[in-house]
Amino acid sequence: MDIWLGILIASAAVYSWKILGFLVPSSVLNHPTVSRIASLLTVALLAALLGVQGLTAGGQIELDARIPAIGVAAILLYFRVPFVVMVAAAALVAALLRLWFGL
Amino acid sequence: MAKQSSVTSISIGVGLATGVYGISFGALSVAAGLDIWQTQVLSLLMFSGGSQFAFVGVLAAGAVGGVGVGAAVVSAWLLGIRNGFYAVRMAPILNRVGLGKLIPALLTIDESTAVATSQSDSKDQVKGFWLTGTAVFVFWNLMTLFGAVLGDALGDPRAWGLDAAAAAAFLGLLWPRLVERQALAVGAAALLIATITTPVLPAGVPVLLAGVAAVVVGAFNWLAPKAVKN
Repeated sequence: MDIWLGILIASAAVYSWKILGFLVPSSVLNHPTVSRIASLLTVALLAALLGVQGLTAGGQIELDARIPAIGVAAILLYFRVPFVVMVAAAALVAALLRLWFGL
Repeated sequence: MAKQSSVTSISIGVGLATGVYGISFGALSVAAGLDIWQTQVLSLLMFSGGSQFAFVGVLAAGAVGGVGVGAAVVSAWLLGIRNGFYAVRMAPILNRVGLGKLIPALLTIDESTAVATSQSDSKDQVKGFWLTGTAVFVFWNLMTLFGAVLGDALGDPRAWGLDAAAAAAFLGLLWPRLVERQALAVGAAALLIATITTPVLPAGVPVLLAGVAAVVVGAFNWLAPKAVKN
């Protein structure tokens, strides 16, 4: 699939949830099982993306400078540092470790 | 919400703070191989941070062809599901009819819903939704462009640690959701499943497989928080 086509379909797909919530009666989406699955699904997808983005490269498991960078990000999140600062700090840690130690 | 901070200043503040991390989205999207236009269109049309990061994250993991882009589409779609629940909460507050629902639907995201629903006065709820939604939309798109141009100028994403930044972005989106045992267990299992299956499955598919774990745990309500059981 072409990336442009993917962008348009994905955008429409994400919008479909938003407009659905305005159109359906609230009882449908307010069922406890439905809302529990939805919130756990969000957690699972984000955690999976964290694993793929942090621990794999080129389709293989690869442990490198990203791990200490994620550790620093976790510490900064614990101290409620703003998102963009935390992300930039993680990039800096990984970049410096690669520059100095070739990790 | 304290009366001394008006809904206007809260909305603009949230809009600025959220918009700023559009820089990271823009830079990471370009690092994932999308061009500046594709990156910008994602922020304009998809307009949901988690889904946008997921879409470019799956492509960054090497997803190509029908299966790869398809997996990116499905990941973005599934991560957008929470917006549907926000819309359910916003619909009676905004009370729009017909085509009047189209634009508020686009602006229904974490931040606009959070600001609106934390107001006690119903006029402030409506104002908070529109102001926050609009402010985030404007700043998010401006900062996306800035980040994309910046990322484009940087060159090799690995040398700048942008792959680590993408992982940190997912951790940051995940962090506030790890509030109880059930979410922690699902998160840990999903991370393991996606990582371990990456060498043997097409790129993008491990993320969706991990989503299955959440559906199973959620459907049977394993490790349920005690408060929910009664």
